[in-house]
Amino acid sequence: MRVMVFVKATEDSEQGMTPSPELDQMFLDMGKFNEELVNAGVMVAGDGLKPSSFGKRVAFDGASRTVIDGPFAETRELVAGYWLWDVKDMDEAVAWVKRCPNPMFGPSEIEIRPLYEMEDLAEVIPAEAAAIHDGIGEKLAKG
Amino acid sequence: MAADPTHRAIEATFRIERARLIATLARMTRDVDRAEELAQDALMLALAEWPKAGVPANPGAWLTAAAKRRAIDGFRRSAMQERKHAEIAREADGERDMSIEDFEARLDDDLGDELLGLIFAACHPVLSPEARAALTLRLVGGLTVEEIARAFLSNEAAIAARITRAKKAIAKAGVAFEVPRGRALAPRLASVLEVVYLIFNEGYAATSGSDLVRPPLCAEAQRLGRILAGLMPDEPEVLGLLALMEIQASRLAARAGADGAFVPLTEQNRGRWDQLLIRRGLKALEEADRLGGADGPYALQAALAACHARARRAEDTDWQKIAALYDRLAQVMPSPVVAVGRAVAHSMAFGPEAGLALVDAIAGKAELKHYAPLPAARGDFLLRAGHKAEAKAAFEAAAALTANERERDFLLGRATACR
Repeated sequence: MRVMVFVKATEDSEQGMTPSPELDQMFLDMGKFNEELVNAGVMVAGDGLKPSSFGKRVAFDGASRTVIDGPFAETRELVAGYWLWDVKDMDEAVAWVKRCPNPMFGPSEIEIRPLYEMEDLAEVIPAEAAAIHDGIGEKLAKG
Repeated sequence: MAADPTHRAIEATFRIERARLIATLARMTRDVDRAEELAQDALMLALAEWPKAGVPANPGAWLTAAAKRRAIDGFRRSAMQERKHAEIAREADGERDMSIEDFEARLDDDLGDELLGLIFAACHPVLSPEARAALTLRLVGGLTVEEIARAFLSNEAAIAARITRAKKAIAKAGVAFEVPRGRALAPRLASVLEVVYLIFNEGYAATSGSDLVRPPLCAEAQRLGRILAGLMPDEPEVLGLLALMEIQASRLAARAGADGAFVPLTEQNRGRWDQLLIRRGLKALEEADRLGGADGPYALQAALAACHARARRAEDTDWQKIAALYDRLAQVMPSPVVAVGRAVAHSMAFGPEAGLALVDAIAGKAELKHYAPLPAARGDFLLRAGHKAEAKAAFEAAAALTANERERDFLLGRATACR
């Protein structure tokens, strides 16, 4: 199964990165952890995100679309980085996250969210929508 | 058991470490069964101690140390018994004590790549490809016998027997749990890659049964491929195979329709192709090329898959390039599959007659007598060339040859449509 692993932001990470011995050490530790993930065949993708001051949001309400510039409040709910992992189950994902070095200088949080896979979607997507997904709708229309 | 969250967490940690642990122990004891036992002992110790003392900072090192202690105890015991026998026979000398030291030295002798060593041993050419696949899934993938049996549509007893025989064969042949060096490496690596691709294909093109694809096997093979690429980053064919699997797996969601029916490549909804896997595949292929491996059999097949992956619509496919790649592949790795694929590519690039000429040239071969894709391709060429009656007969012949029910339905549907 695939899981998205979110590194949550902190006040620190929202300030951006300034070179320091601690930051060097963290990159080193994180590099080793990433190498472990790669060598275990777990890592599919991953990146770090710039602070939300570089970001934008688009708010939807009826027909209106409003663009909101960062930075955003509720820091602890923001995402500072992510991985996409291929693991056997949630237990394995949790075990991997536990051995991750703390990605932040203070207390921090990492969130694990499983992706919808084919078989999950088969149960919830209505048949007509599934047909469109499969390109069958188009074929039926032609035939 | 599995319901207790602490136990589940410990077991999950153990699963991450298991393959490497068994690899270290197998190298040490030169006995896979003993290695599995020792690993299991270490898990039992962890289940007893970690809930009290907490999970150690380096669980892998803890488990390895615990298993090594058990191994040394066991070795001492048997050495002592042997010495007693030897004393009785008045043959005692210093050599036995040396062997304990040797044994302990072997424990600390870190050759690195222990996991690779295990993979190479499990995929040793003394074993049949099927035995290699079962043993690799058990030892490296950590699948249970039941899971392997389900994956290969076999029964547990048969798979268990296959694994036991494989372990015995490895012990008998004195296979070392090491990565072969020098000239020995290439043929042994080929044997490893063959097994990984066999596992992938068993998932991707299920040769029998009612499911068209069995994604868990594909995922297992991709994982093995990624492990190999992580540990052998300079081997172009490892990267070629990884590229091939990633790109093929990108189509898993599009390959079977909502009702489970087979959807051929040209009719797949390309919006359902996994672009992340395609990017990963293209990157691995680029790396294989950079290492000078463009003409390797796996890299060539990955390059073929990449041609399809790059085409946004089926009609954008560069069939001439595909035909040229098949021409090279047919030289590097001649096989019925390649011959038929080559004919299809030429039919798409140069017209159905070109395809017909190529299949007719190989149709008489004995190894192709029962090969369903040959008449299936022939039926397609004939239909496109306007020979409906002959096409219908070819599709029916193909349907009679395939063991996959979904594929049979598809071929019979094509036969019916030849009117």
